Amino acid sequence: MSGAIVGEVPAQTGGGPAAVAIGPWRLAARRLARNRVALAMALLLLLIVVACLCAPLYAHHVAHTDPFQSNLDGTTIVNGKSVPVMVQSTQGLGLGVTPIGPTWDLHHYFLGADEQGRDVAARLLYGGRNSLLIGTSAALITSALALLVGLVAGFFGGIVDGVLSRLLDVVWAFPVYLLAISLSTVLIARGISWGPFHLTSGSLLLPIAIIGLVYIPYVARPIRGEVLSLRRREFVEAAIGLGASNWRLIWSDVLPNVLTTVIVFFPLMLAIDMLTEAALSFLSIGVQPPQASWGTIILDGQDVLYTRPAVALAPGIAIALTVLALNVLGDGVRDALDPRAKLRRRD
Amino acid sequence: MRNGKALGAVLLVALVAIVVTGAAGARTTDHRGGTLKLLAKAAGGTLDPQINYTLEYWQLYQASYDGLLAFTKAGGNAAFTTVPDLASGYTIRNGGKQWVFTLRKGIKFSNGQPLTVKDVVASFQRIFKVKSPTSGSFYSGIVGASKCLKTPATCTLAGGVIGNAKKNTVTINLTAPDPEFKYKLAVPHASIVPASSPPTDAGTKPLPTTGPYYYASYDPNKQLVMKRNPYFHEWSHAAQPAGYPDEITQSYGLTVESQITAIENGQADWTLEAPPADRLNELGTKYAPQTHVETLTAFWYAPMNVNIPPFSNLKARQAVNYAIDRNALVKIFGGPKLAVPSCQVLPPGFPGNKPYCPYTKNPGTHWSAPDVAKAKKLVAESGQKGAKVVVISPDDEVQKAVGVYLASVLNEIGFKAKSKTISGNIAFTYAQNTKNKVQINVQQWYQDYPAASDFLNVLFGCDSFHPGSDSSINMAGFCNKPIDRQMHQALKLEETSFPKANALWAKIDHEVTDQAPMATLFTPRHIDFVSKRVGNFVFSKQFYWLVDQSWVQ
Repeated sequence: MSGAIVGEVPAQTGGGPAAVAIGPWRLAARRLARNRVALAMALLLLLIVVACLCAPLYAHHVAHTDPFQSNLDGTTIVNGKSVPVMVQSTQGLGLGVTPIGPTWDLHHYFLGADEQGRDVAARLLYGGRNSLLIGTSAALITSALALLVGLVAGFFGGIVDGVLSRLLDVVWAFPVYLLAISLSTVLIARGISWGPFHLTSGSLLLPIAIIGLVYIPYVARPIRGEVLSLRRREFVEAAIGLGASNWRLIWSDVLPNVLTTVIVFFPLMLAIDMLTEAALSFLSIGVQPPQASWGTIILDGQDVLYTRPAVALAPGIAIALTVLALNVLGDGVRDALDPRAKLRRRD
Repeated sequence: MRNGKALGAVLLVALVAIVVTGAAGARTTDHRGGTLKLLAKAAGGTLDPQINYTLEYWQLYQASYDGLLAFTKAGGNAAFTTVPDLASGYTIRNGGKQWVFTLRKGIKFSNGQPLTVKDVVASFQRIFKVKSPTSGSFYSGIVGASKCLKTPATCTLAGGVIGNAKKNTVTINLTAPDPEFKYKLAVPHASIVPASSPPTDAGTKPLPTTGPYYYASYDPNKQLVMKRNPYFHEWSHAAQPAGYPDEITQSYGLTVESQITAIENGQADWTLEAPPADRLNELGTKYAPQTHVETLTAFWYAPMNVNIPPFSNLKARQAVNYAIDRNALVKIFGGPKLAVPSCQVLPPGFPGNKPYCPYTKNPGTHWSAPDVAKAKKLVAESGQKGAKVVVISPDDEVQKAVGVYLASVLNEIGFKAKSKTISGNIAFTYAQNTKNKVQINVQQWYQDYPAASDFLNVLFGCDSFHPGSDSSINMAGFCNKPIDRQMHQALKLEETSFPKANALWAKIDHEVTDQAPMATLFTPRHIDFVSKRVGNFVFSKQFYWLVDQSWVQ
C-alpha cells in the first residue's frame, strides 16, 4: 500500500491500448513543469542561491574587497579616477561624510558603500548566504520536528495527543514574533550552555534554532489533523487488519501521505523563516556582526537612508524577490501535489 | 560760552545714552515670551537635581536650580569661572578647610517659601540621603561625609555643614583643603532644594526651584513643561539671568530623523540628540545659519580592561592604540569639522593639556596615521594573537559604528574580535561592573568641571575603581600606584599653585597615555540645530546651550 497518492490516469484515446498509470511524483513534476510562473520563480530562486554561493568569488576576484573590513579611509575607481569611498562634504559648513553611491561597475562598489566604507554588493551576497542558510536550516528543523510531533500525536491519540497538543497550544498562544524576539534577546546576549551542548552568543545556530522552534505548531497542527484523518481511512484499517505494526503503519501508510503536506509547507516556511530572520537581525538580535545577513544590511542602511537609500533598498529587494519566488513556487508545488487541484480548477 | 558748549555736549551724550539704552532695553524686553519647544528621543530619568547625572537635564537645571555658587552663565571660556549664586559671597579660612557663605536675602522657592540656611544645610545632608552619584567623590571631603556614606538615612553632616540663621551664613568644613570645591558646589548635585524635600529620589515629582523657571509637569513618556517662576527676581546676571521664553517644553518619543525634520519645518526649536550622520550635509548647507558647531572639552575613548586578557598585557593595549585610524573614526563622527584625532586624555586647551601622541607614524605631538605594522608586531610579541575580544558599544548610530570599526581593526591586527551592542540605557553601568568582564568598550567623557583631575583622577585613579560595582567609573580597572601617587601630589599642589599642578597633570597625562589603559579616539565637537525663530544662541562651554537665554519671538 505504498504510494497512497492516487495517480492520475490519462484518458484512453480511441481504441488503442490502455495507457500505463503514471506515478504520483512524476505526475506532480509534470504538473509543476506546466506551471510557467512557478518555473520562472524557481529559476529566479536558483539564480539568487547561485549568486549568493559565489559571494567569495565575487568579493575576492571581481570586486577585490573584504566586505567585513571597515574601509573608511579607502579609495576606489570611478570613471578611471581615484575617489574616496567616504566623501567629505565641502559645501556650506562642511559637515558630514557620505558613503559613495552605486557605481554600477562590478569591479568597484557596484551598489556603493555602507557607513563603514564596505562594498554593499559583496555584503549583499555574503548576507544572502546567511539569510538562505538560516531560512533553510530553520525550515528543515520546523518541518522535521513538526512532522514528528504531528505523526506521534495524531497516530497514537489519547494522552500522548493530549500532552503534545497542549504543548503546541502553549507555544501557539504566544505571538510568534514576540516569542522569537524574547528568546533571541535572552539567548543572543549570553548564548546557551546545556551540559556538553554549548552555543556562543554570536553563533548562527542560535537564530536557526530559535526560528526553527517557534514555528513548529504552525506546521505540526495541520499534520496532526491529517494523520487523525488518515488513521480512520480504509487502507490503514486494512493494514491494521493484516496485523501491521504501528511502526509499519506510520512508515508505510501514514508518512507517505503527509509528506506532501510537509513538502508544500517547506517553501512557505522557508519564506517565513527568512522574513523572521531579517526582522530579528534588523533588531540586532539575529545575526551578529561582523557576520552579515540581509536583515543586518537593512539595519546598516537605516543609518544612511537619507543619503544612500540603496544600502537598505538592495537587501530589501533581495528579500522581497526571494520571498515572492518561494511563495509562488510553494503554491505551484501545492497545486502539483494536490490530486484534487485539477478538479477544483474545473469547478 | 565754553561752559555752555560743554553743557550742551554733556546733555547730548546723555540723551543719546538714554535713547540707546532705552532702545536696547526695549529690544530685549520685546523678545520675552513665547514657548521654546525642545525635543529628545527619551526622557532623562529622575528629575531630582541631586541625583540626575545626564546632560539632558543638567542643561535645563541651569535655568531652574541654584547652588551656593554657579558657573557663569556666559558664552565661551567665561563659563568655566564660578560666581556666587544663592550666596552673596564667601570666605575661605583655616588653610582652605573652612568655607563660610553668606546667603542672599529675599530669595524664594517657586512654591513661595523663602530660602533659609536650614534649606542649605538640609540640601547638603540630602546629597547623601538620596545617595547622589557624586556623594562619594565630589562631597566625600566634607566633615561627617564618611559617616553619611555608611548610613545615608541618618546623615547629619555634624560639624561639616553648619547653618547660622542669625548671621544668615552657612559654614562648610572640609577634612582637607580642596581647591576644586568651588566647582563641586556649582554643579546641579549641590542644588539647594527646600528642607521639606523627601529624603528619597523625587523621581517624576518636581522639587521647587529658585531659578527663573519651575517644573509645572513631567511625564517621562510624553513631556516636561517649565514655566516662569513667579517668585524669581534677577539677583545676579552672571549667576542666574532672567530667561526669555515664558514656557519651555521638552517632548519625547520622536526618532532623531523626525526631530530634525520637525525643526526644519519650524514645528520644534531644538533637539537634544546629535543629528544623524546622513543629515549633516543637509544641515551644513541648507540650514547653515541654524546650525551651531562648538568645541567641547571632552574625549571619546575605548577603555581596555587591564585586569583580564588580552588587555592585561601592555603590548596588546599599545597595539590597539597604534592600529586605530583616528581619521576613519573622525569620518564616522561626521568629518574633521566635527572631531579632531587625539591620543591623550586631556582635551586640547584644557588645564594640563600638553599635546602628546606616541601612537602614530612619526610619534610626536599630534596623530598623523596608524602604524598597523607596528601594531601587528606588538600583538605577536604580547602572545595574545588569536585572543577572542568582544567590543561593547551602546546601540546608538555613531557609537555602534565605532564599535564595529574597532572590531574590524582588532581583527586586522590578529585578534578574533566581534562587536556587540547593548541598550544605551544600561551600557554605561554595564561597562563599569567588573562582573560583566567587559574587555573593551566605547565611551565618552565630558567634563564635570574645568580641572585635569576630572579626567585623569576620575577615570584612571585607584579611588575610582570599585570591583563588582555598577559605579566604578575607572572602567579600565587601571590602578598604577606610582601614577596614583602623582595624582594625589597634583591635587595637593593645586592648593598652592594651579600652574605647577597643571604641569604635573601634563606629565601624568603622558604617563597614563603610555600605559594605554584606553585608546583615545578623538575630541568631539558639538552640534546644536535650532529652528529659524531661535535667536540669541549662547553656548556655555560648561553646560552647553543656555536654553533660556535664547528667544523665540
